[in-house]
Amino acid sequence: MFSPFITQATSVRAIMFRVMLALVPAIAVYVWYFGPAILVTLTLASVTALATEAAMLKLRQRPLAPFLRDNSALLTAWLLALSIPPLAPWWLVVVGTAFAISVAKHLYGGLGSNPFNPAMIGYAILIISFPAQMTHWVAPHGLGQLEMSPAQQLQYIFGGQLPGSATLDAVTMATPLDTLKTQLHLGHSASEVMGMPIYGHLGGIGGEMVALAFLLGGVYLLLTRIISWHLPVAFLATLFATAGIFYLVDPAHYAPPLFHWFSGAAMLGAFFILTDPVTSPTTIGGKFIFAAGAGFLTYIIRVFGGFPDGVAFATLLMNICVPLIDAYTQPRVFGKKGDK
Amino acid sequence: MRTLYHFHGGVHPPTNKAQSVRTPIAFAGIPSKLVVPLHQHVGNTSKPAVQVGERVLKGQMFGMPEGSVSSAVHAPTSGTVAAIDMQQVAHPSGLPDLCVTLIPDGKDEWIARNGVDYRSKDAAELRQMLRLAGVVGLGGAVFPSDLKLRAGKHKMTTLVINGAECEPYITCDDMLMRERADEIVQGAEMMRTMLGAEEVLVGIEDNKPEAIAAMQAAVKANGLNNMEVVAVPTIYPGGGAKQLIRVLTGIEVPAGVRSTDLGVQCFNVATAWSAHRAVAHGEPLISRIVTVTGNVERPQNFEVLIGTPLNELLPLAGPRPDTNAHIMGGPMMGVTLPSDKVAVTKATNCIIEGSLALFPPPPMPLPCIRCTRCAEACPADLQPQELYWFAKSKNFGKTQEYHLFDCIECGACSYVCPSSIPLVQYFRFAKSEIWANEREKDAADLARQRHEFRQLRIERDKQEKAEKLAQKEKAAAAAKAAAPAAAPAAPASAPAAPAVTEAAAAPSAAKPATDDATQALINAAIARAREQAVAVKPKNMESLTPQQQAEIAEIEARRAKVRELSHPEAGKPEE
Amino acid sequence: MLIAILAMSALAILLGAVLGFSALKFKVEGNPLVDKIDAVLPQTQCGQCGYPGCKPYAEAIASGAADINRCPPGGEEGIHKLADLLGVEFKPFGEDTAAPKPKSVAFIDENTCIGCTLCLQACPVDAIVGAAKQMHTIVAAECTGCELCVAPCPVDCISMVPLPETISTWKWQYPVIPIQAAATNKN
Repeated sequence: MFSPFITQATSVRAIMFRVMLALVPAIAVYVWYFGPAILVTLTLASVTALATEAAMLKLRQRPLAPFLRDNSALLTAWLLALSIPPLAPWWLVVVGTAFAISVAKHLYGGLGSNPFNPAMIGYAILIISFPAQMTHWVAPHGLGQLEMSPAQQLQYIFGGQLPGSATLDAVTMATPLDTLKTQLHLGHSASEVMGMPIYGHLGGIGGEMVALAFLLGGVYLLLTRIISWHLPVAFLATLFATAGIFYLVDPAHYAPPLFHWFSGAAMLGAFFILTDPVTSPTTIGGKFIFAAGAGFLTYIIRVFGGFPDGVAFATLLMNICVPLIDAYTQPRVFGKKGDK
Repeated sequence: MRTLYHFHGGVHPPTNKAQSVRTPIAFAGIPSKLVVPLHQHVGNTSKPAVQVGERVLKGQMFGMPEGSVSSAVHAPTSGTVAAIDMQQVAHPSGLPDLCVTLIPDGKDEWIARNGVDYRSKDAAELRQMLRLAGVVGLGGAVFPSDLKLRAGKHKMTTLVINGAECEPYITCDDMLMRERADEIVQGAEMMRTMLGAEEVLVGIEDNKPEAIAAMQAAVKANGLNNMEVVAVPTIYPGGGAKQLIRVLTGIEVPAGVRSTDLGVQCFNVATAWSAHRAVAHGEPLISRIVTVTGNVERPQNFEVLIGTPLNELLPLAGPRPDTNAHIMGGPMMGVTLPSDKVAVTKATNCIIEGSLALFPPPPMPLPCIRCTRCAEACPADLQPQELYWFAKSKNFGKTQEYHLFDCIECGACSYVCPSSIPLVQYFRFAKSEIWANEREKDAADLARQRHEFRQLRIERDKQEKAEKLAQKEKAAAAAKAAAPAAAPAAPASAPAAPAVTEAAAAPSAAKPATDDATQALINAAIARAREQAVAVKPKNMESLTPQQQAEIAEIEARRAKVRELSHPEAGKPEE
Repeated sequence: MLIAILAMSALAILLGAVLGFSALKFKVEGNPLVDKIDAVLPQTQCGQCGYPGCKPYAEAIASGAADINRCPPGGEEGIHKLADLLGVEFKPFGEDTAAPKPKSVAFIDENTCIGCTLCLQACPVDAIVGAAKQMHTIVAAECTGCELCVAPCPVDCISMVPLPETISTWKWQYPVIPIQAAATNKN
């Protein structure tokens, strides 16, 4: 036995559980606006994640129990499920989750060794491989031409069948970010687009409320000191500042900064994706650089890139830089003269 | 109100101090035997100053300090020296070390004690007194105090007296301050004058109000205007010397720098007390306050004679039957002792009896998730997660780049780790590997140097021999050349010339002959040695007086001792 | 065309001059590789590798004449270090090399020693003190444990005593990792 002989009782399992708890409000709002399909997706992703995790642990000859109980695979599954369209067919969820756990996590060495955020790798793989399915977002409550009942949603997820003669376009619609991009291409001004019914007060009906719920969960994580404030604050501030500069220069072509905060995966990214400790820097300075870079890249990809949202790619790009950032931002050691 | 500074990190483990402060300090008594190690301090082992069988008085010196970094060791009571040999000591390794075993006679008879007023001595004399009284840091570091009382290059501004006692369970300093504040304060004032410091700050964590009150009263009673008792926030490791200096003065003492060079010095309250006893009463350091707590019926502080075996001390507190470990020190930095036969040393501030319920074995470590809770808790501003990575992969060069040696091994990182990784253990491992590598490298460098010098010497000898030979040949040739010239003048000397040539040729011819002679000598010597070995009884032994025989026996015994000490594995205690 | 040729030639001359100059300016005395290898070797000077000392063995390795697995005192760790330094594969000890032993020092039985000085001449690091017909003693701190003095002794009074672990040489152990233990148990 070695000292210290006592420990504080916060396990990896408890930390991951708290993060999942913080996702619950967002899931509730999700169900309210987009129907209960998300619950099916979450369950499907969870089961796939645990099964893949168990299979990979077995292959890697690691003990199953402690790693299956650490909640990390479940968290990855939930984050991925919340990033993809709620009406995604079942195989999309399974493929994405299995890839995230097996390749992005275990092939790099499992818990703690993966350089990339597994959920974002899963998302990236899906949007590159199945762009059509990944853009079919179900229309928020009260906006679609046709609203599906929970049974019909289930039928679509598992059987691919739409109710009666409805087309996919009737039940889904492009996300606010997507619409903005298309409409700007068509020559409309940003303010015109933002006047469309899909845009609510901040970043789109439904989506903005989910984002607020993510923010709420994030505040809970900050208060319980599960995550540190540096990452979300630096990310949101940079995103706001970049969007603000463009908006001030040309309000006709660029959406206001608040829209960028509350649309897409910005809030999810700020509080739940970037804050993944494994794939983010460990130093305070590094956290600022990392999150600011991600915020800037998110905006650039959203506005100038080919994909509607940029959080996933911005995160992955910054993930690559983490070892370098860490190496260059080592803090001053006690008593050593230096930058302080 | 004094401005206090803040240090990075720290944790708040449950203090568990209340159990052991309910009763005053009790004297643990004189045990049936005392095992006093001769190496209880940082630096060289003391040189034995007594002999087996000798009767010693309480306070008589057992070991003389040897070398500049060393301290003395004394007899804790009067009695007879039963042995000076290798005994298992209070060290996590369980290895033996040189100890003096004393069988007390129960008379507890002091040697002559000469207490002096410190004001009548200069600092150098006082330092010598402390060195010979065996006063070392009693906070756990056991660094010889006299060496710390030498003023540095810098003008000394502050002397910090450490009464913070941040480790959970330990209350020995708390109780000492409550009961003996007056002598602590006088010791601190003596240290202040020795260092020429401007002020004394006594730092005590604010969870010890009784100790703070007692110390404040003592400072007032002694009328010391330049001494202040400061309540510092309770946070672990706020009682680390560097951390306390930082909190009280704002000065950060880096690793490898003497704090006196920055104008501050820090002593534990118990050290100040012992220094006072040593100078004012002439009493060397032969006992200390030990907290006995944990899985015991009656947790309490005891004044224990150095060398008291644990199995004679622990029963006083009533250990419970499910005790499974004896921890020396606190639960954060302590070490598990190899058995309850080892003795209390100057470093033993606390003995915690462990049990599965009290200290459950940690869960299986999970991989590091880089959550940086360790970095947030680290009082030395290190990045334990990086150090762990490098220590685990035995990349020791990198660990040093990431300031491994600034780690004070406080255990805060392991305490908060959600993956239950024994981080400190990795750091201890890396440090001891690096030290071992350095020792090996030094040995290799020494061997290389000596080998190269030897090569050089052999080469030089060869050259010198060749030169001598050449000179001789030259002389012979000259003689030869001179011979014919001299021949006509002195024909009688003609036979001499061949003789010279013969002599010149002799070395080559004589060499094998000398080799043969050497061989013969060696053979003769071997035969003699064998004979001697067979005939065990030496010659000339028949007509010895009994006195001479006794002398010889004594010498033989001493030789046997030397041989045994040079093969310490033979002296290992049976375990 | 001509300009191109001239330009290329001028460039070649210039670069050649720079290279030539730096070759003189930054000339390295001796063979740095030999020193690096020598630094890795344990300096016991025992000759178990078949060379008369550590330096000659280092030279042999550097020139490619000797393998890296011929130094028993260096242990497997030493082979690993050499393999890392030279960028070659690790090689286990060969059949013909002696097995590594725990570090020892020589000890002279002073009752048997006849003072022949043969061990003094054999010691590669001058770690034996003595003179003709005087008892000899090993300076333990300087003894490398090479065993070269054992064979020449005509009365077999020198024995190798393994160095015991003491508190000052004791090392903290590597924390055991139950993850791997559990994994191997499963197999």
